[in-house]
Amino acid sequence: MANRSRNIPIKHIIGFVTSVVLTFVAAWTALRSNLPVMWVIISILVLAVIQAAIQLFLFMHLTERGAGNTPWNMMFHGAVLAAIIVAGSLFTMSFGFM
Amino acid sequence: MGLDEFFVTGEPLIYAGMVAIVLVSGAIIFLLTYFKKWKWLWREWLTSVDHKKIGIMYILSALAMLFRAGTDALMMRTQLAFPDMNFLDAQHYNEIFTTHGTIMIFFMAMPFLIGLMNIVVPLQIGARDFAFPYVNALSFWSFFFGAMLFNVSFVIGGSPDAGWTSYTPLAGAAMSPGPGQNFYLLGLQLSGIGTLATGINLMVTILKMRAPGMTLFKMPIFTWSTLITSFIITFAFPILTVALALMTVDRIFGSQFFTLTGEGLPMMWANLFWMWGHPEVYIVILPAFGIFSEVIATFAKKRLFGYNVMVWSLILIAGLSFLVWVHHFFTMGAGAFVNSVFSVSTMAIAVPTGVKIFNWLATLYKSKIKTTTAMMWALAFIPSFTIGGITGVMLGMAAADYQFHNSYFLIAHFHYVLVAGTVFGCFAGLVYWYPKMFGHTLNERIGKWSFWLFVIGFHVCFLPQYFLGLDGMPRRVFHVVPEWFNLNVISTIGAFGMGLGFAVFVYNIYYSYRHSEREKTGDPWDARTLEWATTTPVPEYNFAVIPHVKSHDAYWDMKQKGETIYDESKLEPIHMPNSTGRPFIMMAILAFTGFALVFEWIWLAVAGLIGALVIMGIRSFDYDEGYHISVEDIKRTERSARGQSHELR
Ligand code: HEM
Ligand SMILES: [Cu+2]
Repeated sequence: MANRSRNIPIKHIIGFVTSVVLTFVAAWTALRSNLPVMWVIISILVLAVIQAAIQLFLFMHLTERGAGNTPWNMMFHGAVLAAIIVAGSLFTMSFGFM
Repeated sequence: MGLDEFFVTGEPLIYAGMVAIVLVSGAIIFLLTYFKKWKWLWREWLTSVDHKKIGIMYILSALAMLFRAGTDALMMRTQLAFPDMNFLDAQHYNEIFTTHGTIMIFFMAMPFLIGLMNIVVPLQIGARDFAFPYVNALSFWSFFFGAMLFNVSFVIGGSPDAGWTSYTPLAGAAMSPGPGQNFYLLGLQLSGIGTLATGINLMVTILKMRAPGMTLFKMPIFTWSTLITSFIITFAFPILTVALALMTVDRIFGSQFFTLTGEGLPMMWANLFWMWGHPEVYIVILPAFGIFSEVIATFAKKRLFGYNVMVWSLILIAGLSFLVWVHHFFTMGAGAFVNSVFSVSTMAIAVPTGVKIFNWLATLYKSKIKTTTAMMWALAFIPSFTIGGITGVMLGMAAADYQFHNSYFLIAHFHYVLVAGTVFGCFAGLVYWYPKMFGHTLNERIGKWSFWLFVIGFHVCFLPQYFLGLDGMPRRVFHVVPEWFNLNVISTIGAFGMGLGFAVFVYNIYYSYRHSEREKTGDPWDARTLEWATTTPVPEYNFAVIPHVKSHDAYWDMKQKGETIYDESKLEPIHMPNSTGRPFIMMAILAFTGFALVFEWIWLAVAGLIGALVIMGIRSFDYDEGYHISVEDIKRTERSARGQSHELR
């Protein structure tokens, strides 16, 4: 037990480094690249999806057994909330102004 | 930057504040040194990961913050009662209502409730600590240093002055230059880390660490309200985090999210703020509901009426709380359709709240009520909070809100819900669980004095404000016209009554420490839930033997059957986490980083961030496995606590 936990956590280090790199790439795309706005938006969205996947698989124990439905339950509610934030903001901020 | 820009100058009240700070810190340092308590402080408190000690530190800090923000309140009330005395000028008044509101919500209400959760929830579910004790310590220190960072603003740099809602464009760099607003952003950002971590921590603790047999629907109701609150925290706080970060980037690095220039959307701040802000008001009221439910059931000597309905209305309130935020800015002009939608959802949320009121009344119905101080706070809560709720529904009618909005009617509404709900709840909870925390009850006679002073003061203070609002007095003004004089004077008298009530409350803590009888049974109120099944003072491992739960109100049933939770033959060594100073150090470094960012000293902030990263790195490779308490030690502790002979068989 003690021995196993003393191994260097390779998976986590890789996850950490890639997520930092992805963040910098996203910042660079938005601030310094000369891509058209549409492409900037598309690329940072793609980067965000990759980032989320890294978090889920390398840190959030998504592949681990024994947690039951809890992770899916939380992700579902997270998605609902994100939908409320986006749709709700569009609704309240642009209704009557469009 | 010269020292005269660094420190706030030219204001006699603030000079007095500086002198007070120097004197108090000097006295504390002197006392700690004189009594040789530095080591004790560090070893027993600052490095502790024990949920009970962390809870006590939360509550002590919250009481200190209640004092600070309460002083702000009394200064505002003094100014409004005697507007021609020039006690406060406009700028100073703006700063004071901003710090008052921000501190009350972030550094008083939330930490007070989180402190009670810290102490009570693991005990109620039969657990030995939080799921992540280290993270719990981290949370506390993040709150503590966040609060200090915010509080220091009034002597160093100048306080924020754009209201606790910090609306852009007023709060943006163009219209509020200087460090003030940055203190708001970074103080809240720092303490927000801790709040979010506590939300997750409590959620995991409750979902994973309940005693065997305790299904979700056998959990005590305070634990339920904590679980639901944790969900709201976990889903709502990221919105605030992002909004604060965006405004910080706006102010310090010149982006244009909320500015009038560029393609900024200043109204988006209000939108994001209240998407977090409305759930936030439920974060501070649902735990109070839980406290009242426990107190009422205990002192009515009855099982809580409609337990299942109570739980489902908590869940419904939590869900709806994410769907009503626009009622805070009906007047922004989103249009009739948008306003109607949110008007309806707002009124819907009053339904489950009303259901809860009726359940409390039904619990009281035909019961033998014991009017202890804790119960009196709960009894006073019901009618007072109802007034707040009903006026909330009035505000929720969009068309009417065009009249009420930003008037004293609104001020009266949210003080009726926040004071009569959250503050009464904190007091009830503190009085109720005090014997578990400190091994003696608070004096009942003095407790009732503080109760009456505070409650009467509260109504005298805030009831007139509804009428001031109807007479057209707007909020956030430092000067009043003659029509509003009389009611303002009455209101100020009430405010000082509340101040007196609080002073008596604090005096009671000192008096009871000196004179109250020490508590031996562990169950002074003849209560119903598991936290009362342990001995008092609670040993560091909470439960020598993990209890088995068969029903709701587990401890009540055990008492009826003459059982106890302790069985010497079932003892096993207990695994406990080690103390650690790293949470304290990490958050102190982050507070330093925040301070550097407030003054926009970027390189200093970078250095601070690197320091924090190093500590996080060290933590990542930390293999501390904790330690075990031997069966012998447990036996010795339990026997002396249970008044048996100290010899071991
Ligand atoms: C029956 C349930 C409630 C309803 C229908 C309700 C409705 C409202 C409405 C419509 C407003 C906005 C008024 C305006 O700005 O003109 C408001 C403001 C407010 N409410 Fe409530 N409310 C309820 C319960 C609560 C609770 C339980 C709390 C907190 C414990 C709370 C705290 C606040 C605060 C702090 C504000 C003012 C924020 C500000 O502008 O500074 N409310 N409420
Ligand atoms: Cu609201």
